[in-house]
Amino acid sequence: MAALIDRIEGRRVEGHRPWPRAMVSEQGWRAITSELSAGRLALLGLWGDSGCVHLAVLDEESGEIAVASFDCPQKQYPSVGAQHPPAIRLERALHDLYGIQAVGSPDTRTWLDLGFWDVRHPLGDQRKAGTERAPYPFLRTEGESLHEIAVGPVHAGIIEPGHFRFTANGETVARLEQRLGYVHKGIESLMAGAPLDKAARLAGRTSGDSTVAYAFAFARAVEAALDMTVPRRAVYLRALMAELERLANHFGDIGAICNDASFSLMHAHCGILREKTLRAANVCFGHRLMMDRVVPGGVANDLRPDGIPELRGLLSEIRQVFPSLVDLYDNTASLQDRTATTGILRGELARQFGAGGYVGRASNRSFDARKRPGYPPYDELDFEIAVLDAGDVNARVWVRIREVEQSLKLTDQILQRLPDGPIATAGTPVAGNTVEGLGLVESFRGDVLVWLRIEGDRIERCHLRDPSWFHWPLLEAVIEGNIVADFPLCNKSFNCSYSGHDL
Amino acid sequence: MRRILFESLVRRPLTEAPPSKDEAMLAELGASVDRAARHRLGRSLSIREVDAGSCNGCELEIHALNNAFYDLERFGLHFVASPRHADVLLVTGPVTKNMREALERTYNATPDPKWVVAVGDCAMDGGIFAGSYACVGGVGEVIPVDLHIRGCPPSPTELLKGLLVLVEQ
Repeated sequence: MAALIDRIEGRRVEGHRPWPRAMVSEQGWRAITSELSAGRLALLGLWGDSGCVHLAVLDEESGEIAVASFDCPQKQYPSVGAQHPPAIRLERALHDLYGIQAVGSPDTRTWLDLGFWDVRHPLGDQRKAGTERAPYPFLRTEGESLHEIAVGPVHAGIIEPGHFRFTANGETVARLEQRLGYVHKGIESLMAGAPLDKAARLAGRTSGDSTVAYAFAFARAVEAALDMTVPRRAVYLRALMAELERLANHFGDIGAICNDASFSLMHAHCGILREKTLRAANVCFGHRLMMDRVVPGGVANDLRPDGIPELRGLLSEIRQVFPSLVDLYDNTASLQDRTATTGILRGELARQFGAGGYVGRASNRSFDARKRPGYPPYDELDFEIAVLDAGDVNARVWVRIREVEQSLKLTDQILQRLPDGPIATAGTPVAGNTVEGLGLVESFRGDVLVWLRIEGDRIERCHLRDPSWFHWPLLEAVIEGNIVADFPLCNKSFNCSYSGHDL
Repeated sequence: MRRILFESLVRRPLTEAPPSKDEAMLAELGASVDRAARHRLGRSLSIREVDAGSCNGCELEIHALNNAFYDLERFGLHFVASPRHADVLLVTGPVTKNMREALERTYNATPDPKWVVAVGDCAMDGGIFAGSYACVGGVGEVIPVDLHIRGCPPSPTELLKGLLVLVEQ
């Protein structure tokens, strides 16, 4: 088959790396939309820019990525969501931020703009917002004996804010509709004009649990744009941090899912493993979550000398303790009763939405950005992708369990092969002309996409797409027909990011 | 399961000694916590956490307070599900405009006497998100704050120090 970019009709844009970008006509745009809707391409992102919109797509077979851009002087473009529903929320957010309209979209309600900002279209042609707030029209659910349960934005636990509107028939959920955007911080507007170091810190605070993955993806996008080569030691240290982050989050999630089935013993023990992982990260890199440690050009801190024995101790302890916790999970009938066959995500839906991470991989979509398109040092390391096909809460737990095992294996290899040498390039080049870069990095939750344009030593525009954009709508689909009491369990098994999504 | 439970019984506890009080925080707290109210509450505080736009980093560390190492409940502090059950609101984030009203309503739903602890650098003054069209910039802009715990995010130990100051001062 021809290279992905050759299948896109349009004019190549210079200075976009490492994957190509092309300006397409309306016909070309519609052709890509058809490919998406036919399942021959997967949607990676759809975002706005001044006077145009960008669409990033992935060819899953070859691992190729391409960006198609469409000029819209009239502030309009043909809706992708009309043919390919995973794009609908991205289009609604794009309209809120840029005022660029998806013509033919089946859903034109606002998404991130909840009516509290002083401006409308803050990234496009700003205009002052009115003081009247229109009520938000939730979708109607019709039928006998239905009742609504409204939850949030302030939830009962120590979690992020968002609103869930359940329509239930007795105990059974007929429809869940999410309303998000409560933690929208305007990160992309703060990115515009920011120097690279500040922009890297902002990227690392898009979703705190994935701070390493975001900083990693941002750094890779900058390095692609500026054609920088990162020292090998830094490449390995980045992967070490990324795997520690994955371990800590998976321990937290496995415990929290069991806790939502009222099995607190697992929660307590997984909490200990999580804490020990964070403490080891602190010993190694001087920050429990490893914030601001991955920077464009390399890493900010070298592994501290006492880090290696600390990590070896951690790995051996996890290997000693974790298998007994897995046995406990697998052999507790009351727990299995809650997780098995609950919240099933069908494989077709996972593929249609390009669901990444444990959500996709528990429903037979094997995509993992570490393997394909792949990035260093993972191309030199030996690991397997855990894929299951049951698609239920149990499968999402098991994918995490398998990924813990793979992360241990990866961490071993990284420690064995850790090269000597510098940890960062000497200085960051200044872009002579405008350059653009794209980075795709596998966070514990799935693939994080960062696209940016640099002018001189500053970010002109940066878009960050969290994997949760494609997980949230699937959670709505998954809960249908389950009982209300199983929502926390389903929700935790997805563990979508609010902050990463709301941006 | 029995083996794990048994091992938990015979093993030394992981819970660590409580950290010493932080003098700077004591000073900041000042007169806002009066002795009489403390006497009435009897040294036990119920905490309601409110994420007002955080990146979720602070929540992760607040969560950690409940793990076996920090074991918050031994100090008489526990997290509750409703502001109506709370003495203390633990608020994170630069207060997004989209969360402002929800934060005000949560504060108003909390019975008196009550204290507000702003957690993290964003909650202080908006932090790295200050100046955005979408952020108010600091919890103190919206509701009165009695204590700030700085950090990005503050570690569980720092959180614990701040909370201990609140009950023991």
